[in-house]
Amino acid sequence: MIYLDNNATSPLLPDVIEEMTRVMKAGGNPSSVHSIGRNAKAILEQSRQNIAKIINCRPQKITFTSGGTEANNMALKATGMDHIIISATEHDSILAIKDNFKGVVDVLPVDENGLLCFSDLKKALKGANDKTLVSVMLANNETGVRQDIKELCAITHEAGALFHTDAIQAFGKIPVDFRDLAVDMMSLSAHKIGGPQGMGAFVALEKITLHPLSFGGGQEVGRRSGTENLAGIAGFAKAASLVPKNLTDINNLRLLRDQIEHDIGRHAPEAIFYGAGAERLPNTSTILMPGVLSETQVMAFDLDGICISSGSACSSGKVKPSHVVTAMGGNKDMALSTIRVSLGRDTTQNDVTAFISAWKKLYDRKRKRL
Amino acid sequence: MADVTLPVYLDYQATTPLDPRVLDVMMPYLTEKFGNPHSAEHKFGWEADAGVALARKQVADLIGAMPEEIIFTSGATESNNMAIKGFAYAASPTKNHIVTAVTEHPCVLESCRALERSGFHVTYLAVDRDGIISDRDVAAAMTPQTSLVSLMAVNNEIGVIQNLKKIGQICANENVIFHVDAAQAVGKIPLDMRELNISLLSISGHKIYGPKGVGALYINKDITPKPLALFDGGGQERGLRSGTLSPALCAGLGAACHLAGRDMGKDHEHIAALSEKLTSSLTQAGDGLHFNGAQKQRYVGNLNFYIEGVKGDELVKELRNLALSTGSACSTTKSDPSHVLTAIGLTKKQIEGSIRIGIGRMTSLQEIDYAAEEIIRAVTKIKNREHKKL
Repeated sequence: MIYLDNNATSPLLPDVIEEMTRVMKAGGNPSSVHSIGRNAKAILEQSRQNIAKIINCRPQKITFTSGGTEANNMALKATGMDHIIISATEHDSILAIKDNFKGVVDVLPVDENGLLCFSDLKKALKGANDKTLVSVMLANNETGVRQDIKELCAITHEAGALFHTDAIQAFGKIPVDFRDLAVDMMSLSAHKIGGPQGMGAFVALEKITLHPLSFGGGQEVGRRSGTENLAGIAGFAKAASLVPKNLTDINNLRLLRDQIEHDIGRHAPEAIFYGAGAERLPNTSTILMPGVLSETQVMAFDLDGICISSGSACSSGKVKPSHVVTAMGGNKDMALSTIRVSLGRDTTQNDVTAFISAWKKLYDRKRKRL
Repeated sequence: MADVTLPVYLDYQATTPLDPRVLDVMMPYLTEKFGNPHSAEHKFGWEADAGVALARKQVADLIGAMPEEIIFTSGATESNNMAIKGFAYAASPTKNHIVTAVTEHPCVLESCRALERSGFHVTYLAVDRDGIISDRDVAAAMTPQTSLVSLMAVNNEIGVIQNLKKIGQICANENVIFHVDAAQAVGKIPLDMRELNISLLSISGHKIYGPKGVGALYINKDITPKPLALFDGGGQERGLRSGTLSPALCAGLGAACHLAGRDMGKDHEHIAALSEKLTSSLTQAGDGLHFNGAQKQRYVGNLNFYIEGVKGDELVKELRNLALSTGSACSTTKSDPSHVLTAIGLTKKQIEGSIRIGIGRMTSLQEIDYAAEEIIRAVTKIKNREHKKL
């Protein structure tokens, strides 16, 4: 099988598996005061420091969570906001705030390249204060489109509001520097960077007061109760520490991704690559094959031994048009006919060649019928 | 005592070692079956999803539930928060009263306090000197506004088992939802959801030789309303709990439940024998030994006691080779006296002198003999020192 669905989840790095196995065998509850507990606590704090170093922030800004979804929920629901501004292409765990918030939620449109317009944000920020939160993702999970977070954040701060970025899909694929982005809050996930599933982090400035989603033993300085998933945390830290080393490899995936778009584009001029006009993650391509349902495409690729997806993994199972494609101006038919290809560090030239020829084969077969 | 690895781990209520058999089940999901279980479109997703489905069935089987009644969470804290806050909000404003007990785990008590701050009413039931909640008190606390009774099956500090069957029956009669925090009970004592009339049950992985960072919430399929979700997003777990599941963690919890169910008799026999051995060694060694909590109605793997005239911190200092606890592990940074020991009427001095010993599946007879010797040695030393001071 050729795995081209790395934005859904990425295989664990061998070093991560080794580290997690070691920690799982060592055992211990970080909150216990005896030596076994203290050793566990040391692993916990060392992991926090390692991640802090990689994303350039102080360790105490990091709260470990059960994943990116929990971190995003903390940013939106645990910070005491009464006005939230998001973009239309956010992940479901951010978009869901529309139906689960007592205050005002503004959903800002994006242009055909998936980019948020600065003036729209400025308009939405009229009358903003420190109870206003802007949440925009660093890079989109479906298209890989990168927002200009530094600029959006500066605009937000000028208006006196707070800024959160969902960096889940960006981390590990492009450099992510908390201090340089100057955001107030950030969400991360381990399993997108070769770490384990069920593990994430919420990074926040100390000035942010949290009203936790979960109460209990008061772990994570009261920000997030519950016995820490120590093996997951250690695995996350190991994966994070390998990010700088792997970034070059990931960046080089750009060549393979561009080859896909070039070859397919030449073969089928009507194909559309969403977000190709914007700066994108180097590994992601969202491709429209007009008139062919994404389900059909996914099945055909699967028969050819290639794993891709019709959108984000969370919403799969339910076939619904991609909200990202519609936000970028695609109609419902187009949104139902796109697939996402996401390369990973194990992807080879042969994998990409196989994908391109499978795509062409399917396209030609469908063309003949039309 | 050459064959004992030090320190001897006697803190099984704080966390349990991962059973190597559980790790074996988890490994494939960390390696070749790494897929996202929500990727419904290819083999990697299906494999991961199949692992989650099997785990769900294994969890359900252990408690007499159906797989579709199990949702996976990040642990018992999340399960308790969701059951209590999620259900309280779902049932409000028609019903806005909750009944719990003073000896509950902090995550239950804190969830209830959060609800109180939001205008809900909470009754905190007292316990008797054994730590047992009277079912009559439960019945008396009910009002027409009561939506939920939340009580723990086995207390994490003193190991006492509540009268779940009687209380469950009362709840059923009154049409009130019964939530049970079973983090310390699942896999250790038999629990059947239908027989006990339990509608919500919280489960933890790392208390039953499974991994940390995973738990489950049982939600009876017939109850309405369903608890509200704490996290929104991709709509996983039937919309009740968004977020990518970890198939490795789920499979670990499933395997731990499977083993616990299969070996419950064997585990119990082993742990009971060791517990009795330690109890009788300590009892024979001298006077002044007091066990906290009911002596009959308890989980055998938990011993909580104090020895008259011996301070807990001095004892723990002498017992460096034993990993045990003076309170529950969660509250280490706070030095408040245990709320559970306070509730059963111990004095401040008695509370300070109390230690908790947790015995589990991996504990050996040699370790118990070593622990008994160490405790007796330490107590004698402290008593002699105190004697000299007089």
